[in-house]
Amino acid sequence: MILGIETSCDETAVALVTQDGEVRSNVVASQAELHARYGGVVPEVASRRHLELVGPVLSEALERGKATLDEVEAVAVTRGPGLIGALLVGLSAAKALAWSRRLPLIPVDHLHGHVASLYLEPGALEPPFLCLLVSGGHTLLLDVRARSGYHVVGTTLDDAAGEAFDKGARLLGLGYPGGAALDRKARDGDPDAYSFPVARVPGFDFSFSGLKTALLYVVRDLPADELERRRADLAASYQHAIVRALVERTRAAAMELGGQPIAVVGGVGANSELRAALADATLAPLPLCTDNAVMIASAARYAPAIPFPQYLALDAYATAA
Amino acid sequence: MVELESSSPEETERIGAAVARELEPGDVVTVSGELGTGKTTFVRGAARALGITGPVTSPSYMIGHRYPGDPDVSHLDLYRFEGMSDAEWGDLERYFEEAVVFVEWPEAGEGFLPPARVRVRLRHRGDTHRLVVLESFEKALEIRVSTGADPRA
Repeated sequence: MILGIETSCDETAVALVTQDGEVRSNVVASQAELHARYGGVVPEVASRRHLELVGPVLSEALERGKATLDEVEAVAVTRGPGLIGALLVGLSAAKALAWSRRLPLIPVDHLHGHVASLYLEPGALEPPFLCLLVSGGHTLLLDVRARSGYHVVGTTLDDAAGEAFDKGARLLGLGYPGGAALDRKARDGDPDAYSFPVARVPGFDFSFSGLKTALLYVVRDLPADELERRRADLAASYQHAIVRALVERTRAAAMELGGQPIAVVGGVGANSELRAALADATLAPLPLCTDNAVMIASAARYAPAIPFPQYLALDAYATAA
Repeated sequence: MVELESSSPEETERIGAAVARELEPGDVVTVSGELGTGKTTFVRGAARALGITGPVTSPSYMIGHRYPGDPDVSHLDLYRFEGMSDAEWGDLERYFEEAVVFVEWPEAGEGFLPPARVRVRLRHRGDTHRLVVLESFEKALEIRVSTGADPRA
């Protein structure tokens, strides 16, 4: 059994996954839960929160999986990319746990983790496939030929799709992060009410920065009462533009690669319009779209392990080179 | 203080590049401005001039990017911060070690961020143009940048 730890951004997560890809437990302490615990006070964006949570979350993952540390054969952890201080909390916890139990440590790339959310039972996906990875921090098209890795065929040149959703939501007065709120609001609106431009960039790359600015200008120029009346139409049209860009590029890349099947992972993979537009694709299970440790433990099944105790000097990385 | 006008993302990148040529590891540049004024575009132009060839994207969600190079370029974004605490500064400090640092939405970091060598403010001017205001305590630097960013130069 592999114990996975993920602390690259906002979520503190620990999970247990068997070598066969069965999920034994999945615990995620998100910022939302923390908001509730602190009575709605906005907590700081700091690794101190991960430090407070990583111990309790680890205990809960073992408890929910009805497992003891004796059954853990390897410790997997996100090494990057992410916020350095946050990554180091998870990495240090993983090293301490592995070292104290004389276990191997398996460092995992966070993006490989997202792709590996598709390798779980039942219904583990077999490469080759084209993977659209869409989250708050990333928008990537990955050519996946083996479970051990991927080749990047496209990326955003400016904002990630998830960031475009979150900032669009703030412009529309739906809060931040507001990707999910925007998705809900869009259901009451007309996706063709406004025509938002989608930047044409060469190859299979994406650009969402201009779209965000276009929404800003429309919102800025609308009188307050008119904005109130058109909010759902704006949300629907804006979302439609993002989803159309994602779907068009993904389908074109799949075609170019010889008709590869399509898969979708990452937080924006929970968006209802995207899921409907790519209904023929393999979609990551909803609870595994946002950051979690199940995907990290899953990816570890296909990544090289570092034997005890050679991992003590291992460092985190903020940005993939 | 110098004011420049940019009529396109390419021009904003060129101004970023002109600023970058003045910088060395340890220098901090703050980049302020509303959504969509071109802060990330400015940093991309600067990072390119410093030799970074990979994607330079918005760090709003991730808070920090560190692009490995010679020198490393750190790209921070405090958009999600409500203010700054010691713990939060502790997370960011490593990005300032041995790197040229750009900070978007620096307002939340007041009192914690090291003094900026150059402060950049971007403003919408109509739907296509941007006003780029550069401020540095070194007047000669301001003049060199405004000359270097001139497309006719």
